[in-house]
Amino acid sequence: MDEAGVNLISSHMLDGMSTEEKLDFILEEVRQGEVLVLERGLTPDEQSRLIERTMGDIDPDSEDGGEFIGIEMEGYRDDGRPTWLQKLLGKIRPPRMTLIGPANKLKTIHKDDDVIKTIILGK
Amino acid sequence: MDGTSMGFLDSIKAAFRSLFGAKQVRIGIYGPPNAGKTTLANRISRDWSGDVVGSVSEVPHETRRAQQKKGIQVGGDGNALTIDIIDTPGIATKVDFHDFMEHGLDEEDSKQRAKEATEGVIEAIRWLDNVDGVILLMDSTRNPFTQVNVTIIGNLEARELPVLIAANKIDLDGSTPATIKSAFSQHQVIPISALTGHNIDMLYETMVDVFGRGGR
Repeated sequence: MDEAGVNLISSHMLDGMSTEEKLDFILEEVRQGEVLVLERGLTPDEQSRLIERTMGDIDPDSEDGGEFIGIEMEGYRDDGRPTWLQKLLGKIRPPRMTLIGPANKLKTIHKDDDVIKTIILGK
Repeated sequence: MDGTSMGFLDSIKAAFRSLFGAKQVRIGIYGPPNAGKTTLANRISRDWSGDVVGSVSEVPHETRRAQQKKGIQVGGDGNALTIDIIDTPGIATKVDFHDFMEHGLDEEDSKQRAKEATEGVIEAIRWLDNVDGVILLMDSTRNPFTQVNVTIIGNLEARELPVLIAANKIDLDGSTPATIKSAFSQHQVIPISALTGHNIDMLYETMVDVFGRGGR
């Protein structure tokens, strides 16, 4: 069975990166088959940018036979909309823990507001 | 549509006219692949203009370019609302050409469709910068707690775009729109069947409420 690393990434590490640096790091790791658990996940804008970048990387005609088919990404939602005071103060809720891995290895089998269950597939 | 619902539709049209005046409202229909976005776009367009927006299919990613139906006239007499409907490609985090082969396409066509699907996802995301409001369509026979739904909702909230959620496919066995209502209780959720038109008048009424203060 193929091995797959599961790497816990601290918020401290990602906080020191720009959005594009974060996405470069995530996609490089995931394309190598790694599963990442981000202590603090991505903002909605970063998530949509990651999806855009992922779509740009999918190539069915690639030399590896189109092995990279995208990502599996699961995280918990923010706890509702920001309050008027948070908006006034410009405070943004920090994103919550997020799991990201290659779609051909990581499969979500259940998700609700409290539990995310996944499996890592081998060959 | 029977006489009663036609009368109700007329009152909705009047409400649109009085609320929007001559405003132009661009509404994007978003959701994962196969949620029924084009079926809903066709339903709205047919009800208000007698025309359709695009073709539908059970093969995922049938819509691979954003399709617009511009200038759907609602009302008249110099006090009309013009709606632009944007039927967007389904948003996904993965596209595997093998999935299309399972639907009977050959390898070459499947790869081509996959390429176009990835481009469609990017286009759909970029359209978020150019809409005044969004109908987020979810398949009420499926688990709504997906990251695609969470990402779309998060982006809409961050942009402070008005959104209403349509829990589609309530005509099918196993649909549970209550699960969607529970999962996204902070938003308006309307159970509908875009295919049969069930509860579609309620959707139009809610569009007036949710998008009424939008427009350009």
